[in-house]
Amino acid sequence: MRASELMMSLVLMAAAGMAAADQGGDPELGAEVYRQCSGCHQIGEGAVNRVGPHLNGVFDRPAGQVEGYRYSDALQRAAAGGLVWNHETLDQFLKDPRSLISRTRMSYRGLANQADRDNLLAYLRIYSDSPADIPEAAPTSAAMDHSVAPEVLAIVGDPAYGEYLSGECTSCHQANGEASGIPSITRWPTEDFVIAMHAYKEAIRPHPVMQMMASRLSDEEIAALAAFFQGVD
Amino acid sequence: MSLNRRTFLGTATATAAALAAPMVMAAGHGRPRVVVVGGGAGGATAARYIAKDSAGEIDVTLIEPSRSYYTCFFSNLYLGGFREMSSLGHSYGGLASEYGINVVHDWAVGVDRDAKTVALAGGGSVGYDRLILSPGIDFVDGAVEGWDLSTQNAMPHAYKAGSQTELLRAQILAMPQGGTFAMVAPPNPYRCPPGPYERVSMVAHTLREINPTAKILVADPKDKFSKQGLFEEGWAKHYGGMIEWIGSDFGGGNVSVDPAAITLSIDGEVTKVDVCNVIPAMKAGRIAELAGVTEGNWAPVHAADMSSRIDPNIHVLGDASAQGDMPKSGFSANSQAKVCANAVRGALTGSTVFPARFANTCWSLIDTDDGVKVGATYEATEEKIAKVDGFISETGESADVRAATYQESIGWYDGITSDMFG
Ligand SMILES: Cc1cc2nc3c(=O)[nH]c(=O)nc-3n(C[C@H](O)[C@H](O)[C@H](O)COP(=O)(O)OP(=O)(O)OC[C@H]3O[C@@H](n4cnc5c(N)ncnc54)[C@H](O)[C@@H]3O)c2cc1C
Repeated sequence: MRASELMMSLVLMAAAGMAAADQGGDPELGAEVYRQCSGCHQIGEGAVNRVGPHLNGVFDRPAGQVEGYRYSDALQRAAAGGLVWNHETLDQFLKDPRSLISRTRMSYRGLANQADRDNLLAYLRIYSDSPADIPEAAPTSAAMDHSVAPEVLAIVGDPAYGEYLSGECTSCHQANGEASGIPSITRWPTEDFVIAMHAYKEAIRPHPVMQMMASRLSDEEIAALAAFFQGVD
Repeated sequence: MSLNRRTFLGTATATAAALAAPMVMAAGHGRPRVVVVGGGAGGATAARYIAKDSAGEIDVTLIEPSRSYYTCFFSNLYLGGFREMSSLGHSYGGLASEYGINVVHDWAVGVDRDAKTVALAGGGSVGYDRLILSPGIDFVDGAVEGWDLSTQNAMPHAYKAGSQTELLRAQILAMPQGGTFAMVAPPNPYRCPPGPYERVSMVAHTLREINPTAKILVADPKDKFSKQGLFEEGWAKHYGGMIEWIGSDFGGGNVSVDPAAITLSIDGEVTKVDVCNVIPAMKAGRIAELAGVTEGNWAPVHAADMSSRIDPNIHVLGDASAQGDMPKSGFSANSQAKVCANAVRGALTGSTVFPARFANTCWSLIDTDDGVKVGATYEATEEKIAKVDGFISETGESADVRAATYQESIGWYDGITSDMFG
């Protein structure tokens, strides 16, 4: 999609609300596809960095620039090399993240289907205009797929104990944050980490290994792991 | 707190000086000394964790004859053509340069438990305050009639990865069309319970591509095996008719071989085969026996810290240990090593010792994108490492689930090898 077409579809989009644009993807369908992303990324008004950086304004932004987000070395290198997120680079990244940034921490296999990618990009595109165009929707992030009692979230973990416990994680999850087939778990905000672990513990998230590992972690142990992995640099 | 590789050379001396006071156990010779024999899944992990977490407080020596460690894990995938041999090799350079471990490429040939020294094949000896043995397995003499180590070129075991695995693959590729690949499977307990059956799957995968009329014959002294339902489902689905498994009920345990003739006798019936992969019964790596810490074929240990039940200054990890419920796997050895490292560091420097906890997951590949897994968590009891909870892949899972499981195993491989070697 060329810039002029993008402008065109935006005009149409503005006219027709979230209806399908004439060209390119359909942002409404893209919103569905985005569910795959929302475990880690927020988008929309008030979106903040979670496991991944927020995605407001991602189009035409140089890579690695979201304030306050600790990027992987690999992404920082790509950014230093001049990577800019535009339709082509985002499309390639979404298709196969590691073909663009081989050691990215983004634990996502990629979206093979071109139509899905077009729709997703159309959806992301709506949040890349001037702030006025960002709809008044709550930020979407399914890292909140599970609610954890505030007193559990408030537990301050002991990173030294977390370091010992982390040995159980690093048989599979790489301690340096690199990921290939098993997600990166370093530098997550502690809250996301705690919520994710409790979601496994209560078998709300479906993964037999993670459910088994989480099932015997106490609230304090989860907090300790969160504190440790958050601080890994 | 940082998980980054410590810049060891820069900080070691300073840290050692600063922490000189709490060195409780160094029997009058400066820094406490840990010697690790065997740089595999158990030994490399233990050496790395002790060096990393003690940040120079403990002097760590690793004795390992090989310059490169070739993982047995994923060596079946090499037989299936899914991995290059070079991708399974790992050097010890990082353990030496990043963690300050003294890596000695030699064989340990004896242990003097009174003097607390380990004798090396190349001459000389090294002293220890704590000795960690993780020598893996050796084969029980005379376990398969007609086979011994001198015949391993004719009938490879490929149960220690490297040249044996390459030899076995070369033999498979050279099989005549419609030929027979035979496997003599081992009795319990042995390293990697699903290993022989993952191997059968991977050999079938290769043969289906290049030699579709070939047959696979498995003589097994057991009447059932790990992940049997999953493997049999996969064999029927992907390799219909190619694989014949003969369990103990049908004489699979009554086996002898003739390596010169490449024949295999099962329950008195002699078959000429083209490749014969003999995986004999196993025992702890011989150095455990030489150290006098074995009872029968294995070295019994306390679950809480993997210390030998025979000598409290020796710890035995991984395949060589008799610990209880954990399968002999790389994952288990790695898990045990971290418990042991924490306990040894505590004993030698007074650092906090946290309670033992263990886990294992074993992935197996049946065919392209058809991965399965089995796993469990364990705890330490007085008597043994005891299973707490477990799971296994189900038969009839969707192709997506199986493909995701395979992807996960690739991630696990990268995870465990970086946990071993940094
Ligand atoms: C085909 C196959 C597939 C497998 N697949 C998996 C898998 O998918 N997942 C899994 O978790 N496990 C798997 N395993 C099992 C795994 O390889 C072993 O359980 C694991 O390597 C055991 O670790 P260890 O430290 O006890 O021994 P090893 O890793 O074998 O290490 C022992 C080391 O000690 C050295 N050594 C021995 N004697 C001496 C001595 N006297 N002096 C100095 N050094 C010595 C050896 O050179 C060796 O490097 C597989 C095994 C096989 C054979």
